[in-house]
Amino acid sequence: MANQSGAEAAYAIELKGISKAFGPVQANKDINIAVPKGTIHGIIGENGAGKSTLMSILYGFYKADAGQIFVNGQLTPIPDSQSAIRAGIGMVFQHFKLVQNFTVLENIILGAEEGQMLNTSLTKARKELERLARDYDLEVDPDALIEDLSVGHQQRVEILKALYRQADILILDEPTGVLTPDEADHLFRILKGLKEQGKTVILITHKLREIMEATDNVSVMRRGTMVATVKTAETSPEQLAELMVGRKVLLEVDKGTARPGEVVLKVEDLRVRDEHKVERLKGISFEIRAGEILGIAGVAGNGQSELLAALGGMQAATGTATLKGAPLPLSGAGSDGQSRRRSGIAHVPEDRHHHGLILDFTAWENVAFGYFNDPRYQKNALFMDNDAIRADTERKMAKFDVRPPIPTLAAKSFSGGNQQKIVVAREMEQNPALLLIGQPTRGVDIGAIEFIHKQIIALRDAGAAILLVSVELDEIMSLSDRIAVMFDGRIMGFRDPEKTDERELGLLMAGVTGKGEAA
Amino acid sequence: MDYATLLQLLDSTLRLATPLLLACLAGLYSERSGVFDIGLEGKMLVAAMCAGAVAFYTGSAWVGALAGIAGSLVFALIHGVTSITFRGNQLIAGVALNFLASGMTVLVAQYLFGQGGRTPPLEGAARFNPIDLPLSETLKGVPVIGPFYHEVISGHSILVYAAFAIVALTWWVLYRTRYGLRLRAVGENPAAVDTAGVSVPALRFSAVMVTGVLCGLAGAYMATALQAGFGKEMTAGRGYIALAALIFAKWRPIQAMWACLLFGFFQALATRPDIVEGIVQVKIPVSFIEALPYVLTVFVLAGFVGKAIPPRAGGEPYVKER
Repeated sequence: MANQSGAEAAYAIELKGISKAFGPVQANKDINIAVPKGTIHGIIGENGAGKSTLMSILYGFYKADAGQIFVNGQLTPIPDSQSAIRAGIGMVFQHFKLVQNFTVLENIILGAEEGQMLNTSLTKARKELERLARDYDLEVDPDALIEDLSVGHQQRVEILKALYRQADILILDEPTGVLTPDEADHLFRILKGLKEQGKTVILITHKLREIMEATDNVSVMRRGTMVATVKTAETSPEQLAELMVGRKVLLEVDKGTARPGEVVLKVEDLRVRDEHKVERLKGISFEIRAGEILGIAGVAGNGQSELLAALGGMQAATGTATLKGAPLPLSGAGSDGQSRRRSGIAHVPEDRHHHGLILDFTAWENVAFGYFNDPRYQKNALFMDNDAIRADTERKMAKFDVRPPIPTLAAKSFSGGNQQKIVVAREMEQNPALLLIGQPTRGVDIGAIEFIHKQIIALRDAGAAILLVSVELDEIMSLSDRIAVMFDGRIMGFRDPEKTDERELGLLMAGVTGKGEAA
Repeated sequence: MDYATLLQLLDSTLRLATPLLLACLAGLYSERSGVFDIGLEGKMLVAAMCAGAVAFYTGSAWVGALAGIAGSLVFALIHGVTSITFRGNQLIAGVALNFLASGMTVLVAQYLFGQGGRTPPLEGAARFNPIDLPLSETLKGVPVIGPFYHEVISGHSILVYAAFAIVALTWWVLYRTRYGLRLRAVGENPAAVDTAGVSVPALRFSAVMVTGVLCGLAGAYMATALQAGFGKEMTAGRGYIALAALIFAKWRPIQAMWACLLFGFFQALATRPDIVEGIVQVKIPVSFIEALPYVLTVFVLAGFVGKAIPPRAGGEPYVKER
């Protein structure tokens, strides 16, 4: 056994020859990686490249089929999470492992209690928490219930949990997926603070910008193998993207100028109240022309979701709306999703898991959703023509490069990017007059992002009006022909993407108008 | 209704609430750990049969109670293996165990005693007999309080007092100990417990075993204290009423005690339709009073009395997510 005697080991973590298969799927294949102490090490790769599996092995959540783990130069078998915690490894999962109706303190001591009684543990944890908050800029109310905290604060609790267990090595799995840009920036400041205190951070992500911004070194994974480890300062986003995907990737969206035609959707004074009677949309007015993409920018939760829901027929609203001059009912009869689809509005919902797909159903069943009354899908008055749906699904899968192209596979068996392609294919292939599309590339890998963006542009050029909602400012800037910024249920202003920048949009997103006064 | 009648009513309330309370607390442990248990009824029935039979053979209520606990534990173990180890459907496993208990208890009792599925009547030390609390006779003369102490509080079997002690104990375990924290956590989010390095199956098994012990006590109480021997289907749906009380109490121990007392009161009323008739001046069918616990539970579930939110991970076998 390799046991580096005496000398201080240079690497916090060394993985040698790690392999792991789930049935026929080889998630990790002979992975070797060395993470120097006191650095922020990025692991980047497309969804399904095996990053999360690798880290779960390091945290003892899965057992590797083969390979060795060295922690601080010592061979350390990690059969379970308890061993990982003992070895000083802490993990912040993509989906937080917090008990929602427990307080912050209770969550922090869970599994790391001192003795049988709670009181002593709680007192000790409270003191320790104060110290950690001071040292690492990790303020959070110890007595708050998790369910009352914002996502950003919940993530801090996860980090505090790891630090409370005296983790020296902190693994973060896709930590910014759920954060606002501000919260993400704060997170990176925290991580840099941890590094300064001598901790080692492993950051798993598929966002190139974060890797370039925050890491010292970066390892790239592709299809279960480790393809390269480079110093961040000596690489570029283009090179990393190429390593990830295995081919050259266009990071910039290639789009010609828009040729707007007639007005397709005209909305005036649109208002929505939620179930607590709180007004979430406070009088929205805009129009979209054929062959034009209107991008809605804004921090999540400022009414964008309600706007999509109201137009998509998922939520009743007041105000007036017309589609190609014909009135569009906003509540009551004719305002449901079916009627919307019949009138030529397609909707790619923001949350594909809740509104876009039924994960346990097959791909072809999912392709029929919302369009099951389509005459092409009927055999006769009584029966649907499942063969026709399957054939249609096969065609759509081929066109949108869904992998694997198997219509009978359950939706949950596809990766996030391919799930999204199924939804996008279903909606776009109806040749809608108006496409509502929310967070088109959330949790989608780089190759698929490029593809979906191209399809959106192609649909625009074919003459559709497109309402694009996204919390990714880059996406809004590069796809939109016009940008509307939403804040607190209102549109703060319209901008031309050619004549604005992230700073100006960021101010509008924070509710500050051009003249400087707060709204 | 005079004071003496009220005291009688409260006395039988306590007596009838006890099996509900024990079963309800039993369910609390299992369900708080994320394992729904519709099989409380079956476990009580098995425990009642085991307790009745063994108490008859040994002449000791205590040995009978132990046998009841053992029988109930076997059923709890089957439920645990099915729903925790093999991740089966918890409700179906529970229902199956209820059916098994219903048939098997009668079969075994018939085989052993040949009295149509009953055990012979228990006498003397084979039953848990009433205990007179200290000073109960002396204080009898004190107005209002005295008779209440003498009639209602004093003169129950040890298991009645044990049931109420277990309420306090459960509260303390749940909210003041490490085990309680983990138990509540595993029913809400087992992944949080797993990533904290604590075994989810071990924790859930321990809870299901506690459920077995308490159901065992509930069953033993039925056969060796409330009544003198085991009879076919003697639990008569108490396992389900206990479950209703658990929902009514929103899975909290102190509230479970009040819920069981309320439901026990309804059961006591059902045995005295004359009292009800005397108060409301209308003849009320007994079955209506008996249905009250269920009606109340439906109201709770419909959200009229606050919201009853079950443990979030309840009913879901834990599988590490990929």
